[in-house]
Formats: sequence, C-alpha cells, structure tokens
Amino acid sequence: MRYIEGVDARAPLLPSPFEEWFAARGWAPRPHQLELISRAQAGLSTLLIAPTGAGKTLAGFLPSLIELAPLKAEGSRRPHRLHTLYISPLKALTTDVARNLNTPASEMQLGVRIESRTGDTPPSKRQRQRAQPPDILLTTPEQLSLLIASEHASVFFEDLQAIIIDEIHALAPTKRGDLLALALARLQRWAPTHRRIGLSATVADEEGLVRWLMGNASTLSLAERVAAQRPGEGRSDVQAPGRLSAPHPPTPSPQGRRGEGTDIIVRAPPGAQPVIDVLDSDAHIPWSGHTARHAIPEIYETIKRTKLALVFVNTRAQAEMTFQELWRVNDDGLPIALHHGSLDVAQRRKVEAAMADGKLRAVVCTSTLDLGIDWGDVDLVIQIGAPKGCARLVQRIGRANHRYNEPSRALLAPSNRFEVLECRSAQEAVKEGALDGESRRIGGLDCLAQHVMGCACGEPFDADELYAEIVSTLPYQNLARAQFDRSVDLVATGGYALRSYDRYRRIVQDPHTNRWRARNASVAQQHRMNVGAIVESEMLDVRLAHRAGARPRPGTPKKEGPSPLVAGRRLGQIEEYFIEGLAPGDTFLFAGEILRLIGVRETDALVVRASDQQSPKVPSYAGGKFPLSTFLADRVRLMLHEPKRQKALPPQVREWIKMQKRRSVVPAPDEMLIETFPRGGKHYLVCYPFEGRLAQQTLGVLVTRRLERLGKNPIGFLASEYAMAVWGLEPMGDIDFTQLFDEDMLGDDLESWLGESTLMKSTFSKCAVIAGMISRNAPGAERKTGRQVTFSADLIYDVLKQYEPDHILMQAAFADAGEGYLDIKRVGALLARIKGKIVHRDLPHVSPFAAPVMLEMGKVGVRGGADEAVLEDAASLIAEAMS
Amino acid sequence: MPLLSQSAPKPQRPRRPAQAVPPMAIVGDSVEMRLGDTLVTALPDGALWIGDAKTLIVSDIHLEKGSSFALRGQMLPPYDTHAALLKLTDLMLRLQPDIIVSLGDSFHDSGGPARMDARDRELLRLLMSRCDWVWVEGNHDGRAPETLGGAYHDTLHVGALVLKHHPTEAAAPGEIAGHLHPCARVVGRGRSVRRRCFATDGERLVMPAFGAYTGDLNVCDDAFAKIFPDGATALVLGKDRVLPAPNERLVGD
Repeated sequence: MRYIEGVDARAPLLPSPFEEWFAARGWAPRPHQLELISRAQAGLSTLLIAPTGAGKTLAGFLPSLIELAPLKAEGSRRPHRLHTLYISPLKALTTDVARNLNTPASEMQLGVRIESRTGDTPPSKRQRQRAQPPDILLTTPEQLSLLIASEHASVFFEDLQAIIIDEIHALAPTKRGDLLALALARLQRWAPTHRRIGLSATVADEEGLVRWLMGNASTLSLAERVAAQRPGEGRSDVQAPGRLSAPHPPTPSPQGRRGEGTDIIVRAPPGAQPVIDVLDSDAHIPWSGHTARHAIPEIYETIKRTKLALVFVNTRAQAEMTFQELWRVNDDGLPIALHHGSLDVAQRRKVEAAMADGKLRAVVCTSTLDLGIDWGDVDLVIQIGAPKGCARLVQRIGRANHRYNEPSRALLAPSNRFEVLECRSAQEAVKEGALDGESRRIGGLDCLAQHVMGCACGEPFDADELYAEIVSTLPYQNLARAQFDRSVDLVATGGYALRSYDRYRRIVQDPHTNRWRARNASVAQQHRMNVGAIVESEMLDVRLAHRAGARPRPGTPKKEGPSPLVAGRRLGQIEEYFIEGLAPGDTFLFAGEILRLIGVRETDALVVRASDQQSPKVPSYAGGKFPLSTFLADRVRLMLHEPKRQKALPPQVREWIKMQKRRSVVPAPDEMLIETFPRGGKHYLVCYPFEGRLAQQTLGVLVTRRLERLGKNPIGFLASEYAMAVWGLEPMGDIDFTQLFDEDMLGDDLESWLGESTLMKSTFSKCAVIAGMISRNAPGAERKTGRQVTFSADLIYDVLKQYEPDHILMQAAFADAGEGYLDIKRVGALLARIKGKIVHRDLPHVSPFAAPVMLEMGKVGVRGGADEAVLEDAASLIAEAMS
Repeated sequence: MPLLSQSAPKPQRPRRPAQAVPPMAIVGDSVEMRLGDTLVTALPDGALWIGDAKTLIVSDIHLEKGSSFALRGQMLPPYDTHAALLKLTDLMLRLQPDIIVSLGDSFHDSGGPARMDARDRELLRLLMSRCDWVWVEGNHDGRAPETLGGAYHDTLHVGALVLKHHPTEAAAPGEIAGHLHPCARVVGRGRSVRRRCFATDGERLVMPAFGAYTGDLNVCDDAFAKIFPDGATALVLGKDRVLPAPNERLVGD
C-alpha cells in the first residue's frame, strides 16, 4: 500500500508543456498520476487501483505522452514506431478514450500520433496501421490477437514501450482475459523491456490481478534488468530520452516468478464514502419474486427529486418490466429511457446521447452501463433487486457522481424479504470497505487452441518456447505439457484418437527449424476471421412485421387475400431459446413495448405491436443472471442469526424471522437447515444453503437423482437464490441427510447427468467455435448465423460423445459447464461446509422461510422426457382423430 | 397388422382448410402407411422399409462429410461415416433386406469414396456383399459411389413406387424422394421441439436425411409446398420411435 507523500518533490516530473496545460485549467496533477510518471521513468510496471473519477485513464497515458513529446522535434516524417498499446474491453471505450486523449495532446501541441483500431476500423486503415503504426494505438483484446496472428507481428511490436490495460478487473476473470494474458506473453518475447500499466477498480484479490497483469514479466525496474543482462548486448538505437532497451527476450522461466507481491500497486486515495440507502418500503414486502413492483411508486418519487438516475436491474427481463411499471405511474411524463444489450445499437446510441445532453431523468439499464464511459451527470444510482455482490454494487454506485470528492448516492430496492437481508448486508459491507472477490480462473483449453493457431499464423513458433511462454501466464501456469501438446494436435488435425486428419493439417512443422506455421494462406485467413472469445448466444433479430404493400394507393384495386408479411424495422435482438419457448400469438415485453410474435423467418422474429394487451407473457428468466456472491451469502447467514443486526430491518421482515424461529428454527451461520413437510398431497424437502441459484440448481438436479434411487419418487425441484426445494410422492422425513448431501454427489451423479443435458451441447458448441473446430466465418462465405452453428454443433457433440468422450474439447466444455453454469466449485464448498452441520426439522406444514420458494413453484414441472411429451401430445391428436 | 382404411374427419377451420391426415398406424416404434397401394414402414432411424419387396431405403447419408470439412480447415470429428454405417448394419441385421437403396447424396462430395478409411471401406463392402445394393444418383456425389460397386440408377422402380433423389413437383402418386432433409418443429405445452422427419401426404413421401452431420429444412418451407400442394403430415423421429404430427401442430423456424 502506498499513498504518496511529498508531492511537491515530484512536481518537476512534469515537463513544461504539461505543467502549463494543467495550470491553464487550474488543475494540479494528482499524486497517483505523478507516481505513475516517476515509476514509468524507472521502467516499472504498475497496477493502478482507483475509484471512478480519479483521472485513472490520464494517469495511465501521461508517462507515454511525456516520453513521446520530445519526438516532435524530429518533424512529421519521423519513423513510425509503436510506443504504447492501450487495450480496453469495450470498443466504445476505445474510441471515447482516443477522443479524450487527442484533446490534451493537441492542446499541448505534442504532435503525438494517436489512433484507435477496432472491428469498425476500415480495412484500408488497418492495413496502413500495420505498415505505419501510430505512437499510441488504442484497441481491444480481439484486435491484439489479430495483430499477433498477422505476418511480421514481431516487427510491428518490437519498439513497444508500454501496454496500458483498462478495466483490467473486468477482463482478467473471463475467456477474453485468457486470450489477452496469452497475447501479453507473446509481446513479452518481442518487446522484452516494455512496462505494463493496469487500470482497475477496487478489487478483493489484488495479488491475483498483479500476477495476471505481470505473468512472468519482470517487475524489477529497468535499471535492475539492465544490470542483470550480460554485457555487450545493449542496443542504442532507441530514441526517446531516458530509455534503454534489452536486446533479446529473456528466457521465460515458468516457475521463476519474481517480485510478484503487491509492491507494484499504486492506489489513488479512495473518493468520498458513498451514501447508500435501502428502501424501507411502506408497502407490503413480497415474499418472493424479483420485480420490486411494490416499490415502484416510491422509486418514482425518488426519481422526481433527482436530476438523472441510473436504475440498475440484473436481467433484461427485469429491465423491461421495471421500465413498463415506471411508465405506468409516470403521471408527470418524465423522460425515462431503457438501455440493455439486446436493444438495437442505434437505439442505445440515442439513449446515450440523450443522457449526455441532459435530456433524461432516469435510465433503466442492465450491466451494459456498468463499465466505462460517462454519459451525463448521474446523481443517483438505484439498484432494483439485490446487488448479488459487493464489487458489482460498488462499481455501479461509482456511476453516480463522477466528481471525485463528492459522495456517490445510491438507493437499494429489495424485491423480496430475503433480498432485504441481502441489501442490508451489502450496505454494511460497503461501509466497511469489504469486498467479494471473483475466484481466479483456470485458462480455457479452447482459448489456448485459438492462441496456438494465432501464433502459427503470425510468427512460426517452436513448441518448447511457446509452452514456456504459455505457462508464464497466470491462467495457464499449471498447464501440463501433455495438455499443451494435445492442444497443438487439436489445432493441427482436430486431435482425434481413432482416426487422423493428418493429410489436412492446419499447421505444419518446418523440418529444418522444427517451427510450426499455418499450412497455407487460406487457413490463416480463416483463423483471422474467427478470432475472439465472444460467442454470441443464438440471437434473432426482432422485427416489426407488416403486410407487403400495406398502404395501397387510393384507386388501386385490392388484391384478393392478405398479402404476405414482410419483415420491417429492426427493434433489437433476442435469444433464440426464448422465442422458441413462445407459440405464435404469444405476447412478450421487448424494447419497452408489448409485442405479439407472428412467427420466425430465417433469423428474424416477426412481431406486431400488441398495445391492447395489459399483461404480456414476460420473458421468463428465472431470477437474476448473477449468482449471489459467497461473500455476501456469508454475511446474510450471519445477519439472520444475530438479532442485534436485525434492528435496522423493516418490522415486516423482523416479524417474519421471529415466526420462523417459532415454527421451525433459524440456523446458525455455519449450519444448513433442512425442513420436510407435507402439503397438498405432496411431500416437500426444503434446504437453505444460501449459495446462489446456479449452485443450488445443480444441487437440486443431483439431490433429485439421489432421491429417485431412494425410492422417494421426486417429481420436481426448484432453486431460488437462497433455498432449494424438492417435492415428491413419499414422505422425506426419514432420510439420512448426511448421506444424501455427501460430497460423493459430485462424482458419478454429476457426470451421468451432464452427459444427458442440453447444457453440455451449447457449452460444447461455444468451445468448438473458439477453438476453431467450427467456423463462425469462412472466407468468401456469408456470415453464418448462430442458428446454423448450434445446429451442426449439436450433431457433432452427439457423435463425439459416442466415439471419443474424453476428447480435449469435451474436457473444455465440461470445465466451462462446471464453472459458468453449474457453479460446481461452490456446490463442492457447500457440501464440505455442511458436513456434520445439517439441522433437520420435520414439520407439520410449510415454514415462513419455505413460503417464498413455494410461491415460486408455479411454472416448474417434471424434468426429463419433456421434449418427447410434446411429440406424444401431437401424436395423440392423430390417434383421437382416427379413433 | 392394423391399417386404417378411413381418413380422419376434417376439422372445421375458417381460413386454411386443414388437410386430412393420411391413414396410418403406429406399430411398435414405427409408423405404417400406404403409399398408393404399397405398404411402407417409417422406421425410427429415418429409414423406410418396404416389407413386400424386402427393400430398405435410406437417403442423404452424406458419408465423409466430416473429412470434407477437414479438407477446408474445419476438423469435425471423423466418425460420421462410421456412425452412419453402424446404424445401417444394425438395420440390416434386424430386417435382413434383399435390397438396400441409398437414395442419392450417399457421399457429401464426389471425393468422398476416396477419403474413406480402411475400416469404413471394409464395413461398407461387407454390407454390400449381404444384399443387392443400389446407389441412386444425387446432386452432391454424382456417380462417384459407382466405383465402390453396386448398381447405379437415376430412378428406380420398386413395384408401383418410384424412387429418385429429387422430389418432383406435383409428382404422380407413389414417388419416394430425398434431397430436402425435412425436419419438423412441433408445438405443444407452450414450447416447441425440432426433429428430423418423413414428410408425406399419403401419396408421395420425402425421406429424412440419414447422415450424422446433415442439416435440415423445415417442412413448413415453401420448397415442400410445391411437392405437397395440400400440405403434409410429418412423421417425426422421436428419441426411439416415430410419431406422426398433424399439419396444424407444425410451425416454421
């Protein structure tokens, strides 16, 4: 931890044009900005942890601008050398930063070349950039992967002095982060003396972020590194003052990680403590549900007193619903807008522009507005539904009031009783400055395969060298050599055990140098068209349908019969699986309107407005997209158990907990309560792990399978964020619960279930795309739609599962499913945690805690065989017709 | 075996007159029906059995589709050919056909036969030695499979039935074709299920694709309207049996 003392002593760090520029604006450089300059001059890498509004981005760029400023003297015809690479997770952020950076650069007349490069950059400009790189290039991880997969990549990067990675906390724990970590290791080889600057929001696992940022790159200062070099190998053709350069890539040593502590962290002082309120609604607080409908009038009143409020919700469906509900009470006609990921881009841009112009009073949004750009002067953040994790909450609160020293204001609006507890816990945690951390990621094998192919398309690689380079990154530090070799084989021939595609290799080994390269230009081109780790789930365009020639000119004779429906204006995109669940004629909420599905044509969902409808069939996303964080869950369990902490709770909620104590029991924080009771001819088992919906859903599947074996005839289960309920035809009070919840559940039960589940198919499909087994784009062909990809991937999965179930991509899919969709790690932790700590109550009827989960049961049916049942229904129609 | 002789009563629907469901019967895991005068059985694997002629028909196997993609840089699992041949072996052992007809697009491309590996080549040779084998010409593979032996036809007559790869518009009754890879999306219980299927109006029939990686086309597509002007019934391939789905339960994609 270092706060800067003696700022004045460091002031001379700032050359005169910079000092004058700051002074002209009446600004002074902030201590952390100066600290970054001085560290950069010593060749040191830095992880800058700063709250929003702390001038983070400028802090990252100042050292580079200062180094580049003297080059102006060389005139405009000076050589093109890439000095600084800036990487951001968002394309929009890249362009925005380019704009914000060009302003001071041109005001100071620095003559620095600053350009951005994204998927939207025209090919001609991209080509020019490769031949004549700017001084500072702002780009995305995908573009970096592309550059690495281009010929002569090493030449392009050899002058690189600095890499700035923005929003690093959001990138690191993702597949895009895997690819980026691998790319950074490549750059380390080509530009061994570059420094790295990570820009991050406050996180729990700082050390993990440092190690992700640095990989094996030395955190020693430049001088120390130069001293460590063998003499006589220095190179003096670098032009910027105060810079030295090491000649050759240091041999990366997988285990020899140096200086991996937190000593490269620079912290901007935290801004003012945010003011967080939890809405204590006067209305009845619902037992279950996620809409917070009861609180809408109070939320609306709050918006009326606010300049601009961001209303965050956790899913798109909640966004639609909240937007609709707010407008229902919007008697003053306040300009309230909607912003989420499936809306048409043009529509989103419009909302953003209106925000920036101060034309809006509230925007209902999802995580699309979590990161990055400041749109307008937000003075209040409202979180509807529980925040699920503190880090996300802090990030969202930071969107309000980007002025550094004024407190951000936030209002949490819980949508049910358990969420009241969660919101209170989050409020306390933020006050204490406690944060939940995402667990570190193990790098995906599909991303590894993509990287290997990329390397082969750029500079031919030696397998030993590449392996050493890969295990120098944090996500792949434990990658076994055998797995690496299998990945190379996967790239080369598909990696099949029983039959080889040896004749059709995508990469080939040079017999003299032993280096691997792409077989020909066409496979390299194919790879470049498929770079990236973002595989969109299958989306359909939502389009307003109208009849062809719907408005005939007067006098035109009317044609007989209705003319065909034509796809019209595009409203946005929607997940295919959601539309598949609808029958034509069903209504749903989208883009703030109630729409009626007419049908699906190719990749378009054709709809008409159904404004006559009062209650649409709302997208049935069950609960929140983000699972409750372990950290927050622990705090909720603690709060439940300690009466002292319940004082601030609304009376309704306190009463509810008291009733639970009377009717059943409130478990201690380290215990798990199981209740069994009969109801309506069925028998229920409800447990309360507080581990989030994903983990509990997995638990539900596995427990149900076990109950089946025990002869309890389970017919269904349901998981909420807090509890999991199973119901069946036999009483369940006599079960040996220690055995039922034994850890061996995660063995065969899990495996046999996963084998049957459609989840594995869709996960596999994504892995196959990332690993390059299935092309998203083929050269010269039209862009394949997600529909086609999924379809063929399903069939491929079936065949592969039958013939080679341990194929490396099956392993990758299994790991992804376990991590992303099933939260297996967390189920494992739960089962370990509750060993010997299970409290069971056999009750005559439902308990107060069980009521919320019972209320959510409406839609859930029996699992398995459901698809066949649809077909059987249809067939029985025929039987009826014929009898 | 029960076979219904009467068509179903026409339900009253205002706009689009629903077509009659052709007479058919669910027998075990299969569906039996008459095509013209000939009794045919639609099997859950997607093959068609003509009992009187002891003839087994499969269509659009697209053998070596995997290696065809590998050739172009997409390394699909190389087991599709084997999977299809094993399915055929199973059918052969069960039904003991005198004739097996592969109704066109037997290989994904004309280079397919040359790319088969030794094991699959041997398995196919074995199958071909056990019965009369007929390749019908397709658009993907042309006459390439001829090199493997067997008879070759562009159109084949089996009793009153006419077997060809491309379905004919407004064909005479008794035509069995492939090429279109029909599939059906069946709705019910607030959801929909998409599966391969046979498409038939009781007089003509289009076979589902037999191959492991073959894509498909919804029977609601216009291409089918030309062949079945009065609409078609889908015989849907369920998990382990064939289930008929009437026209009004089918939706487009």
